Amino acid sequence: MSAIAGHTIQVQTPGLLTTVQDLGRDGLGPIGVSPSGAADPIALRLGNRLVANAESAAGLEMTLTGGTFVFPEGAIVALTGSDFGATLDGAAVEMWTSTEVRPGQARCLGATRSGARCYLCVRGGIEVTPFLDSASTHLLTGLGGFEGRALRKGDVLHIGPAASSFGKRSIAPQAAQHFSLRNVLRFTAGPQADWFSEASMRSFCESSFRVGEQSNRMGLRLEGAPVPPTSGRQMTTEGVSLGAIQVPPGGLPIILFIDQQTTGGYPKIGNVISADLHRVGQLRPRDEIRFERVTFEAARSLLVEQERALRSGELLAE
Amino acid sequence: MPAPVTEGARFQAASDQSLLVYFGDAISLDAHERVRRLLLSLDSRPVVGIRNLHPAYCSLLVDFDALRLSHGELEAILREYLERLDAVPLPSPRELEIPTCYGGEFGPDLDEVAALHGMTPDRVIELHASVTYLVYFLGFVPGFAYLGELPATLATPRLAAPRRSVPAGSVGIAGNQTGVYPFATPGGWRLIGRTPIAMFRPDRGDMSFLSIGDRVRFTPISAARFAELQNQ
Repeated sequence: MSAIAGHTIQVQTPGLLTTVQDLGRDGLGPIGVSPSGAADPIALRLGNRLVANAESAAGLEMTLTGGTFVFPEGAIVALTGSDFGATLDGAAVEMWTSTEVRPGQARCLGATRSGARCYLCVRGGIEVTPFLDSASTHLLTGLGGFEGRALRKGDVLHIGPAASSFGKRSIAPQAAQHFSLRNVLRFTAGPQADWFSEASMRSFCESSFRVGEQSNRMGLRLEGAPVPPTSGRQMTTEGVSLGAIQVPPGGLPIILFIDQQTTGGYPKIGNVISADLHRVGQLRPRDEIRFERVTFEAARSLLVEQERALRSGELLAE
Repeated sequence: MPAPVTEGARFQAASDQSLLVYFGDAISLDAHERVRRLLLSLDSRPVVGIRNLHPAYCSLLVDFDALRLSHGELEAILREYLERLDAVPLPSPRELEIPTCYGGEFGPDLDEVAALHGMTPDRVIELHASVTYLVYFLGFVPGFAYLGELPATLATPRLAAPRRSVPAGSVGIAGNQTGVYPFATPGGWRLIGRTPIAMFRPDRGDMSFLSIGDRVRFTPISAARFAELQNQ
């Protein structure tokens, strides 16, 4: 079995916001570094499995509009996440399956037809100098990923080494459904849930919210009926968890996300459950969402069930 | 006789994969030292399944792998650490200086802060540089240290509308806190000066210039000295 090495990806057009991401970096809370990583980690993990990489290999995360990428030496690639209407030298290509790109072919992605993010995974993974054990890009600080920034026209990315033998793989359609988009985010009570009146909590669960334009990997600003915390209480700044739903005095919630601030001083009405965090990564500005409260036990069961589904032998078809 | 530490600790689930440990609900030196002791002991004897730690004024947020630990299991483990907390020695604090050029383009809010308190800009500088501050914790963005406390006469509310972008190195004040913005970020603190020191240096072993528990003073410098230090 021979190995392929020294292969590259040339960025012909970068798309709106395309970054190198893996599953992020843990353990740096004490110096204020958030985890970063793929906004939809399930899409990245499945994409990596389709090209026989470790689940945590680095891929490209595209946002709302994709780019055009040329593979001068060829590659095995897979697209997962939202459908960006991909083509290969003009012909439509399927999502959720591994395909071979011949030397010199260009894969072109357009505007999204479903959610916010599409992932391009390549056999061998994207090779960048790791920062704190991760390839993930942290845009605010310009750390990690490819030169700490979003990709630009003309960038040349290196593909990691991989064995050359490879069998085509696809996600079984019924399995993919399990992870499909839903516009209901389930949440558990936040550490300051009792700072909100019954009316506010009811309104939070019953009304729908719109994802604001000023939403990004740091946080999603929601628009809708305000759910203000009870006034007059002063909070001491504390650590904030991934998916925390904080509510400033104006009452419009903000979901803190993977490039989030690590501490904050606004009360948190709830926290998106782990099993739904990947859905947050697929929300686009102007999407309508609702919240559904669940218990901590239910949240844990949903995560266990999701991981079981992800590890199921029936997920991938060869 | 001081109460055993575990009596003062309160546990609160923050999410399905994180647990908050509170030592009271207010800023105090005692709470700060308990947070540090717990952080230090978890650092020296790591718990399998803990993914991240976020210290703050009087709390420690513990992120864990929900597939390996439950809130109850983690709480039981942390209670064992808390029982031995008083025996955890705190290293003697480092003393660091942050050279700061006050006012002018570096401190666009200095004059307004002075006017708010009915004092001269020079007096604001003198007061800000007169105190040794404690690094309560780092958070918000990489390398951002929450420093306390400002002299009471300098306590100033945040800007009504935060700036869209605050230049890296800006020295700000808000309430009774002061801090340095390590990166160009949005910010609502009032800016009184700027330091040429890089607060976050990813290429160094100790990436953050400041660490939890450090003692810090601000030293006024001229614009010429600022330029010199920046070019070093």
